[in-house]
Amino acid sequence: MSQNKNSPPRTAPRFSATFDVNTISEIQRAAATGIYDIRGAGTKRKLPHFDDLLFLGASVSRYPLEGYRERCDTDVVLGTRFAKKPIRLKTPVTIAGMSFGALSAQAKEALGRGASAVGTSTTTGDGGMTPEERGHSSTLVYQYLPSRYGMNPDDLRRADAIEVVVGQGAKPGGGGMLLGQKISPRVAKMRNLPEGIDQRSACRHPDWTGPDDLEIKIEELREITNWEKPIYVKVGASRPYYDVSLAVKAGADVIVLDGMQGGTAATQEVFIEHVGLPILSAIRSAVQALQDLGLHRQVQLIVSGGIRSGADMAKALALGADAVAIGTAALIALGDQSPDLAAEYAKLGTVPGAYDDWQEGRDPAGITTQDPELAARLDPILGGRRIANYLSVMTMEAQAIARACGKSHLHNLEPEDLVSLTMEAAAMTKIPLAGTDWYPGKGGF
Amino acid sequence: MSATLEKQVIDLHTSTVRVLNSTLQSEDATGAWTILHPEGRHSLAVGLTAPLDVTIDGQAGYYAAGMNQRANVVIKGNAGPGVAENMMSGSVHVEGNASMAAGATAQGGLLVIDGDAGARCGISMKGVSIVVRGSVGHMSGFMAQSGNLVVCGDAGEALGDSLYEARLFVRGTVKSLGADCEEKKMTDEDLAILKDLLKEAGITDYPAESFRRYGSARRLYNFNVDNASAY
Repeated sequence: MSQNKNSPPRTAPRFSATFDVNTISEIQRAAATGIYDIRGAGTKRKLPHFDDLLFLGASVSRYPLEGYRERCDTDVVLGTRFAKKPIRLKTPVTIAGMSFGALSAQAKEALGRGASAVGTSTTTGDGGMTPEERGHSSTLVYQYLPSRYGMNPDDLRRADAIEVVVGQGAKPGGGGMLLGQKISPRVAKMRNLPEGIDQRSACRHPDWTGPDDLEIKIEELREITNWEKPIYVKVGASRPYYDVSLAVKAGADVIVLDGMQGGTAATQEVFIEHVGLPILSAIRSAVQALQDLGLHRQVQLIVSGGIRSGADMAKALALGADAVAIGTAALIALGDQSPDLAAEYAKLGTVPGAYDDWQEGRDPAGITTQDPELAARLDPILGGRRIANYLSVMTMEAQAIARACGKSHLHNLEPEDLVSLTMEAAAMTKIPLAGTDWYPGKGGF
Repeated sequence: MSATLEKQVIDLHTSTVRVLNSTLQSEDATGAWTILHPEGRHSLAVGLTAPLDVTIDGQAGYYAAGMNQRANVVIKGNAGPGVAENMMSGSVHVEGNASMAAGATAQGGLLVIDGDAGARCGISMKGVSIVVRGSVGHMSGFMAQSGNLVVCGDAGEALGDSLYEARLFVRGTVKSLGADCEEKKMTDEDLAILKDLLKEAGITDYPAESFRRYGSARRLYNFNVDNASAY
């Protein structure tokens, strides 16, 4: 082996793990524009998630149910603590709050149609209730937000439940944002703001400041709605033990706990990626708070943020949740990220699977837009059918797992049905590491 | 019209807030009502939808007359936080002082406060008219979207911070203006609105010409990196 002294071997180009391609492009973008990046969707980093748990299934020591013959019920009742008219859902998967403004009227209608077809609920968002979504949603949860955009007592009374939004998983501690491109005349009118301006929604409620005030606020909402409607309190996952305890103390019927994988219509990238907890790490302490108060299953817990399948749903329920909510997954079911739109995504500088500029209002799928031509691409009837299909599949998947674990109701799933695949998941959930009866912290560090 | 002449009374020494609200919210309720011994209870006369005349005979706690529609509510004392919050129409008249967030997010109607109002009076207001005979606390008119806030006394720090299209009128001093709030020229239209509001509120001792008019500079309506320190 002779070596040419004039051209010694060169090192291959080596990319940095610290300064990876996304980091470099973000530094370049920041230097060119002088403003932080705003985008939609949830966190994109890899996080401990439901994939880090597995079900054990039945064998000699546990008795399974027959997959095609024996019942596995899925119904859930929400709001049994104080409300005169609790909500009854046929399946414990609901549609999370997403605003008209962030989404087109067609998308909101499709979500309502799909959820209603399978007997579950959908939720309004920051910007008020549209007649389309009320008309097409058999069970509609009305969000009560810091901005109070479009908030009116007639809609409050028209709703089936009220969700006091304290925070959301994508941005615990942050308010909403809706950029001018999406402020159509109708959106502007509903929110009582000039057209075309960048809307900053408040991050704090205007007329209450802490848990003691929240208790009085909840009582006012009950007085206005004759104590009929279940009152949910939605928090972004950050200090779930204390937040859940205080929301229960303030009188919530239902707690909605949203992890950092939960989506947003428009938020700073730095906020989405660096604030809040992954949902897997938040459920156990939320359930612990309810158990310590003696109210687990009496105050219901809805979990959201990165729920994608019946397996995720079954794992959340086994950890102690009463129901789950989906947002991003529902948009994908409607047609977001479709490979059919590859050519149009290319024009926006992206590819199917990575589209996240939901704040721009140029969504070729007609979902995250207020452009009439783009929005008209989404057929609400067909969209509703796709949502119903997807929700049905999630339910059937969860039932398949529950039967294999010998459960005649999804709510009979329990932590003992699970094992953790990683040390992180074991530490976060107190579910033993697979093949052991141990999780970090058991027996003391 | 005997119903409107008849004195209908709910005494909170012998009744409850639940009974009070369900009675006044009932489709059968008409005419004039007096609430005795309110003693600072919260959520008094909330969610009303009929053109009732309601007198709260004393001090009210949080959210008195919250989300009011069409009713005319008089509070013969002080009001706690969030009086007339999210009012849609009708009127609320506080004869004493009001605590923080008076008229928060209200979309219509008239809120008159004879005394002073605390912090964040008219926060996120969306069309209501608020007339305060005394002074208002800090951050009043914060994120106010539309409607009119009239202050016959002084305004505290950061008046009209992050203001949208609401009109603010102040007769006395303004300790400081909030981000994106500036003094504007009083137009004939402004003056006409102000005169009407003073008249509606029964204020005859101050001429409309003695007020100054504040509004949005509209510099923060669209994100601009040069304004980053103001956000």
